[in-house]
Amino acid sequence: MSTARSLVSISDFDVEEYLKIMELAAKFEANSYRNLLNGRVIASLFFEPSTRTRLSFESAINRLGGRVIGFSDIETTSTTKGETLHDTIKIISNYCDLIVMRHPLEGAAKYSSEVANVPVINAGDGANQHPTQTLLDMYSITKTQGTLENLSIALIGDLKYGRTVHSLIMAMRYFKPTFHLVAPPELALPNEYKQILTASNIPFYEHTDMQSVLNEVDIVYMTRVQKERFSDLMEYEKTKNSYILRNDMLEKTKPNMKILHPLPRVNEIQPDVDANPKAYYFEQARNGVFTRQAIISYLLNLNA
Amino acid sequence: MGNIQGKQMVVSAIKNGTVIDHIPSKSLFKVISILKLEDINTQITFGINLESQKLGSKAIIKIADKFFEQDEINKIAILVPEAKLSIIKDYQVVEKKVITCPEKIQGITRCFNPKCITNHQNILTKFSVVSKMPNISLKCEYCEKTTDFEHFNFI
Ligand SMILES: [Zn+2]
Repeated sequence: MSTARSLVSISDFDVEEYLKIMELAAKFEANSYRNLLNGRVIASLFFEPSTRTRLSFESAINRLGGRVIGFSDIETTSTTKGETLHDTIKIISNYCDLIVMRHPLEGAAKYSSEVANVPVINAGDGANQHPTQTLLDMYSITKTQGTLENLSIALIGDLKYGRTVHSLIMAMRYFKPTFHLVAPPELALPNEYKQILTASNIPFYEHTDMQSVLNEVDIVYMTRVQKERFSDLMEYEKTKNSYILRNDMLEKTKPNMKILHPLPRVNEIQPDVDANPKAYYFEQARNGVFTRQAIISYLLNLNA
Repeated sequence: MGNIQGKQMVVSAIKNGTVIDHIPSKSLFKVISILKLEDINTQITFGINLESQKLGSKAIIKIADKFFEQDEINKIAILVPEAKLSIIKDYQVVEKKVITCPEKIQGITRCFNPKCITNHQNILTKFSVVSKMPNISLKCEYCEKTTDFEHFNFI
């Protein structure tokens, strides 16, 4: 069993560690090019393609002066020849100081963290966890609001299947937020998470209409409503335009309000929003690089 | 404690050892496998498809000269929570053991999530028990999904 510290699930870190990552990310934002890895080798194992996430990690590693080995899709690996995940991870962990991995199967990163003798960072395991996304979301919230505490947050779109939404709820519940949950009934937040919110004494309000909520909140977190999530296509046709953000809807929103989105977007944020200073999703993606620098240096105990 | 000789004995009595009673008949062979009874060298007798008022059809196992550790017994908790365990000394029931569900379970059942890594590779399943009453549900330590009692798929 491995003793290396990994980041597989957002609940692997405690509140102090969330705050530590925020602090480190700010340091890396101020001074991103630092040779802390000094030629150390990081494996970037993408068992399914995700170009954006992979490049964000690889940029973070390069800025830290590290080297990247790995693959960007499964076609080129020996897994296609029937090698087990166990053996792949066991072997590659001999070649590197840390593994970043994305895998289509849920629990793959957790299992790999047990097999590897180096830290494993989960860059997404199926629909399960993507903790670095959550930490970069939190860094974006901290940066734009000056704090993580006592914020009013609207979560909009697919709250049923959206793993980024679930993880954000799990992490933000320590910071006394108020949640506004805006979703079509078919894609409402699962009861499991509502129970957690109730148990944590966190107020939350469910809505189906988004305009009424926009003017009240500090953060608007948009997600995509996908057609294939609906069992009833009539329902989809009825609701599909209800969760699309247009610039004219932002007029009376709070001055500090910012719009986040894990990206990629399709049409749920109209292009006319992009020029609004409240649109924050591209900077959010940029924050991902600093946050990943922070996570890598934290797990490797680099003196950042 | 009562004398088990009083009733009509379908499965012969043991002098010393353990009796596991009130096992639903369909679960007998799973219990045998989970408790690894095939590795025990003492005399073991089984009865299956016996009449039971409570279960309709029950099974019973009598294992001579074998006394289980509590954590061994608890392994069968998710399979047959209603089973009864009696310790026999000199043909008498000297103790009835309660089966309690452990906090963590390894192996025994599969994760119901078809996208879970444990269903695609040869990996020992690991669960934490998230609820015990009225039925047990298990949270997979890998994919974090919860499997309810009705979806248990015993290995
Ligand atoms: Zn699982």
